[in-house]
Amino acid sequence: MADNRVPEIKTVEAPEGVEGAGFFATSLEKVVGMARANSLWPLPFATSCCGIEFMATMGSHYDISRFGSERPSFSPRQADLLMVMGTIAKKMAPIVKQVYEQMAEPRWVLAMGACACSGGIFDSYSVLQGIDRIIPVDVYVPGCPPRPEQVLDGLMRVQDLARSESFRRRNAPEYQELLASYNIK
Amino acid sequence: MNPQESAAAPEAPVAEDPIKAQNAQVMALLTRLFGEATFTDVHEPYGLLTATTTREKIHEIIAGLQQDQELKFHFLTTMCGINYPENVGKELGMIYHLHSMTKNIRLRLKIFFPIADPVVPTLTDLYNTANWMEREAYDFFGVIFTGHPNLIRILNVEDMDYHPMRREYPVEDGTREDKTDLFFGR
Amino acid sequence: MAVNDALAGTHKIQEEAAAQRPGQLMPILNDFSQELTTLNLGPTHPATHGIFQNILQMDGERIVSGVPTIGYIHRAFEKLAERKPFYQITTLTDRMNYCSSPINNLGWHMTVEKLLGVTVPKRAQYIRVIMMELARIADHLICNSILGVDTGAFTGFLYVFQEREKIYEIYEEVCGARLTTNMGRVGGMERDLSPAALDKLRAWLKSFPAVMKEFENMFNRNRIFMDRVVNVGPISAEKALSYGFTGPNLRAAGVDYDVRVMNPYSSYEDFEFDIPVGTNGDTYDRFIVRNEEIWQSLRIINQALDKLPDGPYHADAPHYYLPTKPEVYKNMEALIYHFKIVMGEIDAPVGEVYHSVEGGNGELGFYLVSDGGRTPYRLHFRRPCFIYYQAYPEMAVGTTLSDAIVILSSMNVIAGELDA
Repeated sequence: MADNRVPEIKTVEAPEGVEGAGFFATSLEKVVGMARANSLWPLPFATSCCGIEFMATMGSHYDISRFGSERPSFSPRQADLLMVMGTIAKKMAPIVKQVYEQMAEPRWVLAMGACACSGGIFDSYSVLQGIDRIIPVDVYVPGCPPRPEQVLDGLMRVQDLARSESFRRRNAPEYQELLASYNIK
Repeated sequence: MNPQESAAAPEAPVAEDPIKAQNAQVMALLTRLFGEATFTDVHEPYGLLTATTTREKIHEIIAGLQQDQELKFHFLTTMCGINYPENVGKELGMIYHLHSMTKNIRLRLKIFFPIADPVVPTLTDLYNTANWMEREAYDFFGVIFTGHPNLIRILNVEDMDYHPMRREYPVEDGTREDKTDLFFGR
Repeated sequence: MAVNDALAGTHKIQEEAAAQRPGQLMPILNDFSQELTTLNLGPTHPATHGIFQNILQMDGERIVSGVPTIGYIHRAFEKLAERKPFYQITTLTDRMNYCSSPINNLGWHMTVEKLLGVTVPKRAQYIRVIMMELARIADHLICNSILGVDTGAFTGFLYVFQEREKIYEIYEEVCGARLTTNMGRVGGMERDLSPAALDKLRAWLKSFPAVMKEFENMFNRNRIFMDRVVNVGPISAEKALSYGFTGPNLRAAGVDYDVRVMNPYSSYEDFEFDIPVGTNGDTYDRFIVRNEEIWQSLRIINQALDKLPDGPYHADAPHYYLPTKPEVYKNMEALIYHFKIVMGEIDAPVGEVYHSVEGGNGELGFYLVSDGGRTPYRLHFRRPCFIYYQAYPEMAVGTTLSDAIVILSSMNVIAGELDA
């Protein structure tokens, strides 16, 4: 009660632009990038141990909602960010790919943990040796499992991507080529 | 079964002798019920009575133990396959762990059979839990359980054409190129 | 009544409604009686907490049959274990039931110790008990709070995850890791309980009961929660035993089987605690049994802390116990042992051993066959989840879809343990 300071609310800084009395001009790309970066809806594709660490990241202690991602979108149609957390077995691989294909552009992929990045300690006949064999990955978060701080850092790297990404990148021939190399669409 | 019967008070660590005596008792009962010739290689590694029998007898023995009013082996703890490629004619094996909760006796039964003819009677008619355990053994070792209601692969993909837990197959994923390094590879 | 007569006997829901309100006019339903809907639940479903698929045949909202498919994160633990020295297998056990890794780790160490014939000093045994009970609490907290989430109460989850973080901090003081702990060593613990660890543990033991009480107050007699879980998915004791249930799920059905009491290990016989049992094995019983076990675990931890004996924290078995780093740098013998253990060149006896511990979900067994080599010849894990999950279709049939989710949640099926 004694503490009646106004809590410090951090808001997102406005992008670069021209400011004057009653107007602010910037490029549409930057505004959209800012909006996208601060409301990434993740699709938590949690398969194993890393999923528990993601639960800790979602929980009150680490609080992923500080980054605008508190709304896990379990439907791929509304998701911006596919977070693959945990081992992907070969039996599961087609499902990951299908989920990725169902997501709408723009879409980003975060591979969380050693298993999703490279297969981790499970160099065995049944485990896919890294999800980048089936879908393109934007950010890799190492660790077995990564600490929640690392997951948040990975999320911030995705935010950087989202913020700076050009509108047209997803139509670029390089991007189309990348998707074609994964045999997507 | 009356749940109260399985109540077990915290008991002091039992010395070597009571376990031996108990095992001898169980073994005596087993030989009385199923004949002396049924069991070979009887020993007690780390206090757990272990006996080897044949696949022709295994169903009868486990059914008998389950119905036995004195011992009440109601609980199938686990079962697993094993592969000894050098034991010609007995390459594959199944190992059953039974548990009598009322008497707190554990029992391990083994059977061995040739890899060319891996056919074993199912226990699904005795224990519901045997269903998936047998599917796992089929998946890993290719043991075929006659009478099993749904003997298909359980953990691996359906179109896998080998049984990966057999000793001859490698564990590693064959598609890794980054591990072929001479010094820092596998 | 003519309308209803035309539909008599054609629809299950119609019949049930008629039985409940005899003689009254029933609403007209389309005749879907012969049409079942196939519903594909999983492998990625927000409410399944892990990846397993259930293909359900639905009659309206009721489940007629279910076919489970598992193996979506099959990682070949047993095959990998045949290629790894004993101490490296600890990392595999971490990833089995990742909600309670220390129980898996220490259970595996105990198995190897049984094979090697190493006796662990009392202090190490007590530290192990403390760690295993902490892990049990962490495991049950996840299960029960997620059950809350599935019934629509997110608050409990947020409350207890704060406490889980504190348990993680204690783990970090003891072994340096949060989730996949790789705790302990063959022959004892890796290090003694540090003053910081003891402080954190004591502080947590003071603060946790209040949170747990609050959690229980929110759920135990909550009308909405009880309506969702009482008499949902019951299983009888006979059925549960036949399906190989162990742990809280079996105890909820009324069988007081607990490995800690039946085959005491790591000095569990020194502690006084009760085994809570349920009556009809429904979801509510499972929830309450888990809550009560958390209290019993707290009792055990308090006793173990009070009685914590002095002495070494690891066995005097230089052949098997990994020496500390400073010693390796200074002492020739320690260096040799360190090299031999790390290269897996310990002389293990030929033999077979079955050791089981009471894991978060039930009897976690390790069946180890050693041929004297550097790796196990065969290692089989008795994974409680794998064994009891096969009862799920039977428990879910006849209930509604929302109940099926709650049943699955209350069984606490951990995908890593299920698929191995």
